[in-house]
Amino acid sequence: MVRQLGQRGKSSLQDVRPPKDWASKLLRDAGAEVLFLPTTGRTRELAAAVAVDLETGVVPDLVGFEVKDGKVVGTRPIYAGKVMEKVVVGAKPQIFLIRSRVFLKPEAQAGKTGTVKKVDAAVGEVKTEVLGYKAAEAGVSLTDAAVIVSGGRGVSNNPKLAPPADITDEHQKEIWKAQQGFALIRELATVLKAAVGASRAAVDAGYVPYANQVGQTGKVVSPDVYIACGVSGAIQHLAGMRTSKTIVAINKDPEAPIFKVSRFGVVGDLFEVVPALTKELKTKMGR
Amino acid sequence: MNIVVCVKQTPDTAATVTVEGGKVSWGDAPLVINPWDEFAAEQALRTKEAYGGKVIALSVGPDAAREAVKHALAMGCDEAVLVSDPGLLAADSLVVSKALAAAIEKIGGIDLAFFGRQAVDSDTGVTPVQVARRLGWPALTLVAAVTALDPAGKTISVDRALDEGRQQVKSPLPAVVSVTKEICEPRYPSFMGIRKASKATIPVWSAADIGMASIPPAALSWLEVFAPPKIETKVEMITGDSAEAVAAKLAARLLEEKVL
Ligand SMILES: Cc1cc2nc3c(=O)[nH]c(=O)nc-3n(C[C@H](O)[C@H](O)[C@H](O)COP(=O)(O)OP(=O)(O)OC[C@H]3O[C@@H](n4cnc5c(N)ncnc54)[C@H](O)[C@@H]3O)c2cc1C
Repeated sequence: MVRQLGQRGKSSLQDVRPPKDWASKLLRDAGAEVLFLPTTGRTRELAAAVAVDLETGVVPDLVGFEVKDGKVVGTRPIYAGKVMEKVVVGAKPQIFLIRSRVFLKPEAQAGKTGTVKKVDAAVGEVKTEVLGYKAAEAGVSLTDAAVIVSGGRGVSNNPKLAPPADITDEHQKEIWKAQQGFALIRELATVLKAAVGASRAAVDAGYVPYANQVGQTGKVVSPDVYIACGVSGAIQHLAGMRTSKTIVAINKDPEAPIFKVSRFGVVGDLFEVVPALTKELKTKMGR
Repeated sequence: MNIVVCVKQTPDTAATVTVEGGKVSWGDAPLVINPWDEFAAEQALRTKEAYGGKVIALSVGPDAAREAVKHALAMGCDEAVLVSDPGLLAADSLVVSKALAAAIEKIGGIDLAFFGRQAVDSDTGVTPVQVARRLGWPALTLVAAVTALDPAGKTISVDRALDEGRQQVKSPLPAVVSVTKEICEPRYPSFMGIRKASKATIPVWSAADIGMASIPPAALSWLEVFAPPKIETKVEMITGDSAEAVAAKLAARLLEEKVL
């Protein structure tokens, strides 16, 4: 069932038929007790609607679970991960949305098949119309990435760079400088097959799109390695990345709070350290 | 355009949130309007400024939870309603969505209901869709831009920022719209606005007032809250005579520790 819903979720990006009505029917007819889905914008929406139809509860961002007295007890972060809660869904199906990268991907087992049940996915009344769809820029997705290289406001702070003479506006000069800085971040990311993240300050200043923002009001990520360059480590930024396995910080301010959550720290100018690191890793990792 | 903006009161995002005596505590940190809802309020106000009509701020919460609604009024919302009932204190989104939908129906004649994409306390982000589902309205979630609005033809077109890409959707009104921060930059309340908000009388509706004489039970029950496992990190500072020397050492350490 999860598989069918998942497949349906993907294919309907470019068409208008919402899977909500038949998903509710399918779950009701099957007498499903538990529904697991990944946590994405679209599954949140599907689960929310289904929960209303079936008068049940949704638990997004699941990071752990146990089964007690025949019920799934889910663990999830609240208050941007400052607190955890354990929650039970009293009705059926119990709906859980799993946070990405929390559970290990099972190895595919050759020869193992489930039974696929064909259902009549009659589409209810559709009120909305999809006029267009543009896939996100190809690149490593932040929430799935094993390695993330992030840039903050510091990425525009290279006094040695002189913007071209035809840029006169101060903010445009800053953005030009930031683009040179983010080019360095991207080069390191490419060598590490990493995704590119950013702080809100970098997003608000127009250096990179909002889709790259990590933090409380951006994406919550949990990669194996998070390399923060010119990011101070404000509480709202930490809320989005502090569960990363290893955090590396490059910052010219030795007092920057990012060092408090880091495993490795470099006090230095990112414009010198980042390209040197890229070069070094490229050779050492043979990439 | 008659517009509702749904707002929630939450602790400030900079607050230190801890668990004390089995309960969540944010000490004496201020309670504020959920930051996402500021974007919703701003978009509601801009819509009204462009097309006329009024904006009503609506909240479900304890009686003391007026700051969010006041902030919305101070930003320029015309009216506010607080739905408050002892029976709603343990509500989950299933129940809150029912109360919000009932209140929107009671207000009547609404074309658009704006929401922030999620609340920064519970972080569930399912309420906007649930309200839409209950009202039988289309739910346009994760809206990054309103690209067209036709009050006469009663349609709206939006850009949705999905994880996978951008989707352009056209929908009839009335509709629910939940917004991301790309949509606009929220204004600061003006001095006049703050004065007006502090003097405003905010009607409080009970569950019975919105036709929910019997409040359904929440589907979720919370067994416990606890502090997240402490992440012990001891930072190892990498130093050297030059950027190259530092980079070489850092790269070596990252590979040694099998971090990369
Ligand atoms: C409601 C709310 C929600 C928020 N949500 C988020 C969120 O989701 N994500 C987020 O990131 N923030 C969020 N913030 C903002 C947050 O509080 C900080 O303002 C922001 O994270 C700061 O970004 P920054 O670290 O890039 O900038 P700054 O704090 O300005 O830090 C820049 C850092 O760069 C360093 N630096 C400068 N030049 C160099 C150089 N040449 N080499 C090396 N280092 C250098 C400086 O020492 C400094 O530490 C939120 C705030 C609020 C109020």
